[in-house]
Amino acid sequence: MDAAQALADLTEISSQIEAAVLFDEGGAILGSTLSDAAGAEELVRAAGSLLAGAGEFRSGDAAVTQLEASTQDGSVFVVRDEGRSIVATTAADPTVGLVFYDLKSCLRGAAEEPEKPKRRRRAAPKSEEPAE
Amino acid sequence: MRRKLLALAGFATGLFAGTFLYRRSSGRRRDRIDVYFADGSMVSFVDGSPEAERLLPVARQALAAARR
Repeated sequence: MDAAQALADLTEISSQIEAAVLFDEGGAILGSTLSDAAGAEELVRAAGSLLAGAGEFRSGDAAVTQLEASTQDGSVFVVRDEGRSIVATTAADPTVGLVFYDLKSCLRGAAEEPEKPKRRRRAAPKSEEPAE
Repeated sequence: MRRKLLALAGFATGLFAGTFLYRRSSGRRRDRIDVYFADGSMVSFVDGSPEAERLLPVARQALAAARR
């Protein structure tokens, strides 16, 4: 499944998610539900800042895997998994566990290799039995 | 009789005001950031803490960017 398909599935199953952007470790956008490219880039920059900032508050070496910033206007979710991350926004008071679950499913879906079309085996040419 | 009525009205007004203020203060959500780490630990920073003061403006920017 590619990023676009994973995001399409995400917005279909989760009505709480307003916008979502998939991006890699370097901040390159892999897919977005936003039509505005500048908005998607700003969202990714903010997600990177949130992850980096949140990581600084930890004295140990455990990395930040996910976070939720909850405000009166809405929530921002960031989930990171194996080199890919997803940032999503919702309205205020979302069902947090459900949103995290849907975002992780989306990340897993985006990481899956697209299925290659199976080749049909050619039928072996019929050999005529030798006449005795 | 009039005194009793006034006392009752005062009590009812106080009860109503107290209930209203309590519900308003308990119903108001505080902005916060919940951070989950790879080792399974989680930490929450509520509005007013130095950590939240740093990260909440970024989150608000993200929300604004998504809704533009």
